[in-house]
Amino acid sequence: MSHLVESLLHPVDAVYEYTLPAGEPWMQGIKAGQTLRIVDLEGNQAADTLFYNAHDPAERYSAQDTIRAQGSLYLGAGTQLMSTRGNALLTITADTCGRHDTLGGACSCESNMVRYALEKRSMHACRDSFLRGIRQWQPGWTKRDITHNINFFMNVPVTEDGGLTFEDGVSSSGRYVEMRAEMDVLCLISNCPQLNNPCNAYHPTPVRILIWP
Amino acid sequence: MAEIDPRLIRFSELVPSGANWSHVLKRGTTLRLESLGDSGNVSALFYNFELLNERLNLPDTLKCQHTARLTAGHCLYSDMGRILVSITEDTCGWHDPLSGWSTESGVASRYGHRTYQEARNEMRRNARDNFLTELGKYGMDERDLAMNVNFFAKVTADREGRLQFHEGHSKAGMHVDLRAEMNTLVILNTCVHPLDTSPHYAPQPVQLTVWSSPPPNEQDVCRVSCPENTRGFEITRRYFL
Repeated sequence: MSHLVESLLHPVDAVYEYTLPAGEPWMQGIKAGQTLRIVDLEGNQAADTLFYNAHDPAERYSAQDTIRAQGSLYLGAGTQLMSTRGNALLTITADTCGRHDTLGGACSCESNMVRYALEKRSMHACRDSFLRGIRQWQPGWTKRDITHNINFFMNVPVTEDGGLTFEDGVSSSGRYVEMRAEMDVLCLISNCPQLNNPCNAYHPTPVRILIWP
Repeated sequence: MAEIDPRLIRFSELVPSGANWSHVLKRGTTLRLESLGDSGNVSALFYNFELLNERLNLPDTLKCQHTARLTAGHCLYSDMGRILVSITEDTCGWHDPLSGWSTESGVASRYGHRTYQEARNEMRRNARDNFLTELGKYGMDERDLAMNVNFFAKVTADREGRLQFHEGHSKAGMHVDLRAEMNTLVILNTCVHPLDTSPHYAPQPVQLTVWSSPPPNEQDVCRVSCPENTRGFEITRRYFL
């Protein structure tokens, strides 16, 4: 588990605050130097998150570049979130959860059919939220622009013999993760509506989003 | 492990070290990758040739099969819940889905830069640039990049998540068979693994063989390896109805 680092920032100084209900997308520009905080309000909620270079969105978050750059699978304080061009998009500056996932991807109607049952197709899923989020932000963006994301507050341990499991979260009510933008970025969040596995403790709940100048 | 019946072979091709290759692997055929040297590496991406924005999704692939390595019995899934290729045979035992592509700056800083002018086709190439070049031939670009597989490489993670590259994991002559469950665009290159710990730049060539293979039956090793794959094969079957 990564070390826990508390933030020195106070909510009264934030320039933006929003409570994002479960099952909804959120997209917003974040300027270089600004700090984004995501708060797990009720505990064990997964915030599926993607980032793009705001000026050239073909450059975007890369899970494999992030893993490779730090030589480690799990994200936490000190992790640089890397782009597909190998540049740092943001740096995690504070974290009271201790471990975040970037291997598990986002749920989709189609992957729910594979994982649980063909009849699950109609259940709401993150990748539908992602599509709604980018459609509202940028007409012309499609599934091509939805890549492999971060799951803040989610615990997906990998064993030394190559096993992978979804486990109950290590997060709890009020835990947060905070990151400083290293360039102007776009942030896309789907507050995960998954009801089929314990990533949300079977009870999806809101997250709070704050931005400091 | 099985020799391919020569009457079933459609074609065979040698891909030299550091080079690019692509092919639309037809449903009903299998692609064998055989590493011709020790510590080989083949970086690969997969797309549905009929719908190029449907592509390999490694997170979906790993979580539905509860694995962070790839070997025989595993399937490579698209983002649409369908199976692009399945791994029907493997003498290597572990292929790496975690580490991604080598880059120009990574190769230059580890081994030194070497241009075409200096070295002709021994120039030092990297998987990311090779992917983009090959994708460009199909009208695709940076937006189409996704997480890739590194065949013949083994990378493990300890309890804290720290990665370890296993030098010498694969040996010359090892092979892996990828059976096309859809008409799958395969984009691959033989660049070095990005976490290779050897101080010597030594990418290895790979022998490719495309052969006619029977469709998966009800007891197929990939279909029955987990209930998720049984559903994945059914979803893929429906695509062709």
